[in-house]
Amino acid sequence: MEIYLPIAGMPVNIFVVFAMGLAVGFISGMFGIGGGFLMTPLLIFLGIGPAVAVATVSSHIAASSFSGVITYWRRRALDLQLAAMLLLGGFVGTAAGVWLFTYLRTLGQLDLTISLSYVILLGSVGGLMVIESVRAILRARSGKPIEIRRGGTHTWFHGLPLKLRFKQSRIYVSTIPVWTIGFLMGFIGAIMGIGGGFLLVPMLIYFLRVPTNVVIGTSMLLTLVTMATATILHSVTNHLVDAILALILMVGGVMGAQFGARAGARMRGERLRLLLGVLVLAVGVRFFVDLVLPPEDLYSIRMLEGPQ
Amino acid sequence: MRGGGPAILVAALTLAATPATAADRLVSSLSSHIVKITPSFTGTELVLFGIVDRDAEAPPRRGGFDIVATVKGPPETLVVRRKERVVGIWVNTESRTFVQVPSYLATLSSRPIEAIVSLDVARRLQLGLRRTLLPQQIGPDTADVVRDDPFRSAFLRLKDARKLYVEEKDAVTFQTPILYSATIPVPAGAPTGTYNVDLKLFADGALVASSTEAFDVIKFGFEQFVAQSAVDHGLLYGLATAAMALMTGWLASVMFRRD
Repeated sequence: MEIYLPIAGMPVNIFVVFAMGLAVGFISGMFGIGGGFLMTPLLIFLGIGPAVAVATVSSHIAASSFSGVITYWRRRALDLQLAAMLLLGGFVGTAAGVWLFTYLRTLGQLDLTISLSYVILLGSVGGLMVIESVRAILRARSGKPIEIRRGGTHTWFHGLPLKLRFKQSRIYVSTIPVWTIGFLMGFIGAIMGIGGGFLLVPMLIYFLRVPTNVVIGTSMLLTLVTMATATILHSVTNHLVDAILALILMVGGVMGAQFGARAGARMRGERLRLLLGVLVLAVGVRFFVDLVLPPEDLYSIRMLEGPQ
Repeated sequence: MRGGGPAILVAALTLAATPATAADRLVSSLSSHIVKITPSFTGTELVLFGIVDRDAEAPPRRGGFDIVATVKGPPETLVVRRKERVVGIWVNTESRTFVQVPSYLATLSSRPIEAIVSLDVARRLQLGLRRTLLPQQIGPDTADVVRDDPFRSAFLRLKDARKLYVEEKDAVTFQTPILYSATIPVPAGAPTGTYNVDLKLFADGALVASSTEAFDVIKFGFEQFVAQSAVDHGLLYGLATAAMALMTGWLASVMFRRD
């Protein structure tokens, strides 16, 4: 069944889009991430303009992360204070990202920037995740105890000023790295159409030593607010959020996420991380191949002014 | 001088009246004057039809009639970009801006245009995609460039791929020597606005008569509402979309609650 998307300005098959939402939702539920890094490329592949895809996915991620936040909230497994501090940086980052997005669109280099960011970010993060999880699996096989990196270890930024005690997470760190991480998340989220959960969770664990029981809930809360903000800002500045497309995606997404969460609960942590690493790496490689191979058509067209 | 005025006026009137009395006329109509884009819109077709109103005093047309219909959508300004390899990756480098060109353009004719009129006439009347003016921004001026300019060719090719620029040599068919019809394809991605149809009647290589029609492509109902609110009320639209996301997320957590 075809349905006409008013903002994207093209008809799509409603079942194909719904299935995409379901599949990405499954993965996002399984790994506790938003899944934007998969959804945005899929929409572009479907023929939807990259700008509309990035702007629309932000609302889809807002939906799936909100249902996650409610679940973690009931279990009291999120650190409100930490999330609020991250958000201070996140708001500034999102605004900066939406501004750069608008600017690059006028330069005609938005598509290139999106592709390059995917290659660099997904390639490096995916690669690191694969290496780390393979090591963990090998270590577990050989029977050695798993190294727990928590407490006691101090890095250079523990010497930074403006220290604050986060009670729920039981950490005492400077707010400067907290703001910086928040800013980065908001910034890349607005430009790449990703919530950044797969980046934020490791950063909170490795840099801020946030305990694992509150890390996913806190990350989801941050994702929720930055993505809801990005939805509003993209609507105000670029008018590119397609509400119809968003609705089909989010209904599929929240349903898939429920099944994904059940499947994920039955898997071992390092296996889950390996799978996610491979997935992230694969998307990065795909973008790299597209950049390097000669394009099918050297020319592209974009409307500057005219009818809708 | 005073006495000359009415004489000239009379002469002008006589001249203007001559073709009307001693020539054929073109009568045209459209199956619909409005195309509504609804949620299920996947493109449509309009029928253009009419008759050649023969004048008994007009010379006989042994070669029969030919019709060329040019349909133009609302004007738009576009930029065409070309990718080049820069340090191993493909990057947009050069670009050209096409100023106020038709967003949709269809040339429908009863025979190949070259067979209907001389190239001179075809060029002057801008018949066919190759001969339509496509002004580009060149410095502070706008001008059309040579026909085989790579950007111009790429522009036509990309428009053709989206079914927005169409050229059909046998779209206009004559059911009888004077009764004709043609279908105007309106693709799914047709921009909204007024489309002008310009019909030209030819006989023995000469322009005999012309006629114009117009239709509107509009977003309708819910589509119209969504598209219009996105542009006119960006903030409200964004807030509503964000609220919709939260509602969906909340509903899912209620429906699938397990604890």
